Amino acid sequence: MDITKEGISFIQKLDKFAGIERRFIVVKEPSTDERYGKLPTQRSLSELKRFGIINLDKPPGPTSHEVVAWIKKLLGLRKAGHGGTLEPL
Amino acid sequence: MSGVLPVALEDATKIIGYLMLSDKEYVAVMQLHREVPRERLLEVIREFTGRIYQRPPVRSSVKRSLRIKRVYEIKLLEIKYPFVLLRIRCEHGTYVRKLIHDMGEVLGVGAHMRELRRVRTGPFKDDETLVTMHELSEALYMARELNDESRLRSLILPMEYGISHLPKVVINDGAVEALTHGADLAVPGISLIHEGIRKGDTVAILTIKGELVAVGEAVMSTEEVIQAKKGIAVKTKRVIMPRGIYPRLWKRKKSK
Repeated sequence: MDITKEGISFIQKLDKFAGIERRFIVVKEPSTDERYGKLPTQRSLSELKRFGIINLDKPPGPTSHEVVAWIKKLLGLRKAGHGGTLEPL
Repeated sequence: MSGVLPVALEDATKIIGYLMLSDKEYVAVMQLHREVPRERLLEVIREFTGRIYQRPPVRSSVKRSLRIKRVYEIKLLEIKYPFVLLRIRCEHGTYVRKLIHDMGEVLGVGAHMRELRRVRTGPFKDDETLVTMHELSEALYMARELNDESRLRSLILPMEYGISHLPKVVINDGAVEALTHGADLAVPGISLIHEGIRKGDTVAILTIKGELVAVGEAVMSTEEVIQAKKGIAVKTKRVIMPRGIYPRLWKRKKSK
């Protein structure tokens, strides 16, 4: 499969993940050059540590903040943040 | 409380604002202080669905003024007195503990929240992508001690999943670099656009490979984009992709 098709199929996968059923309108026939950028699915571990997200199952007990701090330390990250506080208990 | 807590890493933290503002879904155990008939409970559930007034609890991180929150759905899953299992779909910032307490007041018998699990945050659900701390530390061990990074790599999703709930605009290679320098997106830069985008909508701007470039605000609807030959279609609000990945193609004005 060529990279344009793979890219589009990844984008459709994102829509499916979020349950979005909108269609795409073609404004200009898509075509991408494989020399620039890369498919998000091809990212290395170190790239994912910069441009990645973990769908974490927060355990009861620690605060959301504590859990994020733990992940940050565990993975050796410069920065991390969570999407919406879940109270500790 | 447990459940779905998306954690964005490093540069991806720029997108968490869009996740925080997304809808949430919970499964909660309500404990009734006295028994009530099922019909009465269903009545009160209906009363607490839709737009509700809520004052944030004493121990909360926001100003304690009366706010209007949308509760889209409360589903009664099971009653085993004194416990009631509920599934609640609501707007971000709704306090479920408070919601349950207030339902108890209206029921006249009193109630409190016994347990809570978040089962959805925007596009993230309690599904096969959900990772426990245990799985994460095990994968980390495999990466460090056994030199096998495959497990850890598979647990981290590309950040694009974190904006997957937004309407999308897919742009041509030639438009990418200008956007990373803060330029707005003009019609000729667009390859694909979701149907039904309205002016003012928050949209994700992706490359044809699916990489997130930026998040912006639509200043044209989908229909207007289709009609127009030129002009700004999306105002760039937050650039996520670093510069220098795609070629610089725009013309520079000659300066004297």
